[in-house]
Amino acid sequence: MTTARFWRDNQTRYNLMATRCGNCGKVTFPPRNVCPVCHRKSMGKMKRFQLNGEGEVYSFTVVHEAPSAFEMQKPYVLAMIRMDEGVMLTAQLIDVEAADVKIGMKVKATIRKIGEEGPGGIIHYGYKFTPF
Amino acid sequence: MREVAVIGIGITKFGELWETGFREMGMQAGLAAVQDAKLTAEEIDALYVGNMSAGRFIEQEHVAALIADYSGMARDHIPATRVEAAGASGGLAIRQAYLAIASGQHDIVVVGGAEKMTDISDTISNEIQSSAADQQWECVFGATFPALHAMIARRHMFQYGTTREQIASVAVKNHKHGALNPNAQFQKEIEMGTVLKSGMVADPLGVFDCAPNSDGAAAVVLCSMDKARKYTDAPVKVLASAQASDSLALHSRADICTFEATRVAADRAFAQAKLERKDIQLAEVHDNFTISELLAVEDMGFFPKGQAGKATMDGQTTIGAKLAVNTSGGLKARGDPIGATGVAQIVELVQQLRGTAGRRQVDGAKYALAQNVGGTGATAVVHILGVA
Ligand SMILES: [Zn+2]
Repeated sequence: MTTARFWRDNQTRYNLMATRCGNCGKVTFPPRNVCPVCHRKSMGKMKRFQLNGEGEVYSFTVVHEAPSAFEMQKPYVLAMIRMDEGVMLTAQLIDVEAADVKIGMKVKATIRKIGEEGPGGIIHYGYKFTPF
Repeated sequence: MREVAVIGIGITKFGELWETGFREMGMQAGLAAVQDAKLTAEEIDALYVGNMSAGRFIEQEHVAALIADYSGMARDHIPATRVEAAGASGGLAIRQAYLAIASGQHDIVVVGGAEKMTDISDTISNEIQSSAADQQWECVFGATFPALHAMIARRHMFQYGTTREQIASVAVKNHKHGALNPNAQFQKEIEMGTVLKSGMVADPLGVFDCAPNSDGAAAVVLCSMDKARKYTDAPVKVLASAQASDSLALHSRADICTFEATRVAADRAFAQAKLERKDIQLAEVHDNFTISELLAVEDMGFFPKGQAGKATMDGQTTIGAKLAVNTSGGLKARGDPIGATGVAQIVELVQQLRGTAGRRQVDGAKYALAQNVGGTGATAVVHILGVA
């Protein structure tokens, strides 16, 4: 992924910024300009806020065949996490043995290096999750 | 809307076709379909081509004009249009042609689907396939296409008690069917143990749970029903064409064990065809991963949610059962040249409905369905075909 494309979403990646619809209350992550439930009625009413960073594992896998940017990290645990606010996101789980990961396990976000671009390239930071 | 029929089919062998290039594959399948329909080039009104990512696989864009050119249709300056919806590109190309004829705009349309995936390394090829998922919010965190499906599989096991063996039984069954298909990439039966012991890709899915990287092309000729009998005594009628979409990212869904796009497209298709689930004798479904086939037959209402694993293991979707699923071998054994897959599904249905499917023939096949998926269910296309 090019640096510019990554940089544009940095605020969301570092701060777990989400949106809440001022009309129906639905939470979306990443932030959206239009609510997927009430569409036009939500225009101008989408309020940004920060997720509390805690959630639980909804599903997970251990990635053994990785893309080149993740070659050095494999095998790694990837999970879908249901955040306390109800939204789900996809992220790596760290500081845990793959065999100990369970659906329903409580996890919290931490900012780490998530990837590297090209040989000796730019380091990207973003959220990963650890058990607590 | 006018009625539409399939009057011609063509397909190449699927696999690692080292000696055959993209344009040759497209031409071979297209010419076979045109010959099968006994058409002359002048009679063709338009061409649609399903293709996911020729730009990244072979660094060639603009492939619809290219195939029109190399298949000898360009001298009539026909409209040639590429259609892209990741894995559903082929099915969507069929649907565009169907709509063009049903609307009265065209009478005879050729639909091709092609992908050349093995000129580059498997790692790069896999990365290109993963671009069907959300690059910004899934892949950037290390998600791969198999990893996303592995999380569906894990959740399905958790929610419904589906077992690893039940999931693996999809691969065993589809290889059994593929062994009866002379165009399939894999024509060898496999044992359950082979699937379970295969190298891990994304836990719990191993190599044998994943469709291979493939080269290949397929083509069909669609024609308005009123003209179809001029070309063939056995036209196959398109009874329904339906499509639906969903969020691009899997994590934006309320439940990842159901592809809502598949459910909605199937409901629309059955309503259009005025048929019941029990009327369908065979279905080609999008088994890009073993778990995907279980979702497909559940989401379309052939089995209750959570029951498809047991049904598959019990042989209820094997040729000879009331509903035969993936008689061609599916993406798993026939191969999955992405843009060609949705078109190849229709080729299989037509062979079955004509009664020319050889050793894998479903006896008395009258109604058949194809389900083609893009990404992790962000696009679904369902077609129902029947003997005219
Ligand atoms: Zn809303």
